[in-house]
Amino acid sequence: MQIEKFYYDNKIVKAFGLATIVFGIVGMLAGLWAAIQIYYPASSLNLPATTFGRMRPLHTNAIIFAFVGNASFAGIYYSLQRLCKARMFSDKLSWVHFWGWQLIIAAAAITLLMGKTTGKEYAELEWPIDIAITLVWVIFGINMFGTIIKRREKHLYVAIWFYIATWVTVALLHIVNSVEIPVSFMKSYSWYAGVQDALVQWWYGHNAVAFFLTTPVLGLMYYFLPKAANRPVYSYRLSIIHFWALIFIYIWAGPHHLLYTALPDWAQSLGVVFSIMLIAPSWGGMLNGLFTLRGAWDKVKEDPVLKFMVVAITCYGMATFEGPLLSLKNVNAISHFSDWTIAHVHIGGLGWNGFLAFAILYYMIPKMWGTELYSKKLAQNHFWLGTIGIILYAVPLYWAGFEQSLMWKSFTPEGQLRFQFMETVTNIIPMYVSRSVGGGLYLVGALMMVYNLYKTMVKGTFIPNEAAEAAPMIKETHAKKEYWHRVIERRPVTLLVLSLIVVAIGGAIEFLPTFLVKSNVPTIASVKPYTPLELQGRDIYLREGCYTCHSQMVRPFRDEVARYGEYSKAGEFVYDHPFQWGSKRTGPDLAREGGKYPDSWHYNHMYDPRSMSPGSVMPQYPWLLDDALDTASTPAKIRAMRTLGVPYPDGYDKIANRDLMQQADSIAASLKRDKIKTPSNVEIIALIAYLQRLGTDIKTDPAKAEAATVNP
Amino acid sequence: MKFIHYLEKIKNVDLLGLISLSIFFLFFAIMLTWVFRANKQKLKEIGRIPLDH
Repeated sequence: MQIEKFYYDNKIVKAFGLATIVFGIVGMLAGLWAAIQIYYPASSLNLPATTFGRMRPLHTNAIIFAFVGNASFAGIYYSLQRLCKARMFSDKLSWVHFWGWQLIIAAAAITLLMGKTTGKEYAELEWPIDIAITLVWVIFGINMFGTIIKRREKHLYVAIWFYIATWVTVALLHIVNSVEIPVSFMKSYSWYAGVQDALVQWWYGHNAVAFFLTTPVLGLMYYFLPKAANRPVYSYRLSIIHFWALIFIYIWAGPHHLLYTALPDWAQSLGVVFSIMLIAPSWGGMLNGLFTLRGAWDKVKEDPVLKFMVVAITCYGMATFEGPLLSLKNVNAISHFSDWTIAHVHIGGLGWNGFLAFAILYYMIPKMWGTELYSKKLAQNHFWLGTIGIILYAVPLYWAGFEQSLMWKSFTPEGQLRFQFMETVTNIIPMYVSRSVGGGLYLVGALMMVYNLYKTMVKGTFIPNEAAEAAPMIKETHAKKEYWHRVIERRPVTLLVLSLIVVAIGGAIEFLPTFLVKSNVPTIASVKPYTPLELQGRDIYLREGCYTCHSQMVRPFRDEVARYGEYSKAGEFVYDHPFQWGSKRTGPDLAREGGKYPDSWHYNHMYDPRSMSPGSVMPQYPWLLDDALDTASTPAKIRAMRTLGVPYPDGYDKIANRDLMQQADSIAASLKRDKIKTPSNVEIIALIAYLQRLGTDIKTDPAKAEAATVNP
Repeated sequence: MKFIHYLEKIKNVDLLGLISLSIFFLFFAIMLTWVFRANKQKLKEIGRIPLDH
């Protein structure tokens, strides 16, 4: 048989690799800045773009989609070509994918800092960018499948399975969760409302962790770990079980983000059960990785690539053990809304994703530049700085989460809440400081890597097209062989379809009843749509990212009911497009904020939170007091809400602004009584209207709130 | 958007739960049977793919 000569495309890997480095540093800087703001609010600079509520989504999006995304693409383009013994299907598509993705990142950075957001965590990007993501993802898919189909290696190695599952599932998650009604360019409302929106969002959020931060990276592990250790994976059989069990079980676990919320109980339980089961495939994968190094631990001592991988895989094991524990209801009752979750996520983010990305960069760059790493010693130092950084980051936050949560739940013997919310915040500020020191060390380590890799590149000579040779796959010569060949060629597509079915099952079984069974979302007659002014105020709440620090979900616990008021009911959120339950309480819950304080309190509090609550770590929002409210958008917003089924009367869009001004004038008048002079057409007025509305619908009649707990 | 309450109109809607459980069981039964009946030598070969280039 004729041996064919061909070339691997290293240029595209280089491009994605460089993007990984650049966006990694940017994303970490944004994270560090956000972390410092938590204990030093003045570092928000009092500018809208640099305030925590916009900086935090920038950080998460940059790390997830720009840093880990680009790292995965670099690793996939490198390994896929070599595992298929073929150059990428089309150089042109590779570059469209690369530049398309970078443009999306740039657009994301600009729009997030401008406050253009859907208000759904990790899916903040607005609809035009969502469409662009879909298109670029399809291009990536065509390029990947094209390469797989023209491969010279008969078998699809397990890493490729993980890549395929990643592609198909991310497509499914992104499309389902991003269904939204455009109101204008860069503004849309989620198609789903309240409980249903929450379920879809956390099905997405949880599985974005699974299929954007885990499966592609596991694929990379299954390729780069054997390469770096120069031995095959411990058990290939185990890797097959790992793959199928992981993608099947993962998709069900989303509801564990909504324990004790207004989500129907059966869905919560399903989420818990599947989360516990996840330990098995996750640890199967981790052990498979670590056992691959059996008899090669002496190499780990010498080789920075393996060092980073060992810690990455260990962190994967820790995070996937902790995750199921956190999804137990009794543990979640303590951990949820606290910094515990943030610590957990960063074991995964800094340890698993970050360290694995560093490992493959340290592996690929010397190889592609035909040289050795510039300084092993520097890489070792990076390793230690990073590891110590992770510990200094995570341990204080675990402590902070646990301690704050117990303080929230603490009562005096007389039955009063023992601590004000503020006391529980100021108490953990030293832990916040330590966290940012840990993050800072991690960033310094990453900067050392940048220098080391730069010197490596200068030392070597880049090989844009790496020569390779292999025999082509057997071509069909007669009927029987043709059949056999077709089956082989069809296998990646079969795999794609099977993966899609497997991941769709879990979603469907959870979604259908929540959407279709009436008793799952009991309606409450006194819950009415937002007034136009409140709706505008709600959009300001979204724009400023208030949900990044405030929840709107009172769980049915004694302390939460005592602190915030009546626990939240599913029926209260039926007009919430999108839902704003939040996932973290850096500040107190706002579900029952309405009527707690006078309008003037909110006005002063937004101008300078510390004037109203001394010790507060909330940023200032001075621009809300000056910026005029955009009332031109009101009719379009009302029309969009009507399309979504919110029962505004016919033709209300035309007169909505009249009601809006009326309500604004009354708030301005109430402020005037408290000696605050303000025009009624500024943004703060709308925000006050919204905050004063929160949770008041069921306060009107206690009997109705009672009725809501009983299914109709 | 109005969601019509289809499921309440279905007779024997409990079947949904039974189907779910069966899918779950069958999935693992089939997968494990397939994996453990696979040719060991072949799996070993495939496991070496990353190393032979």
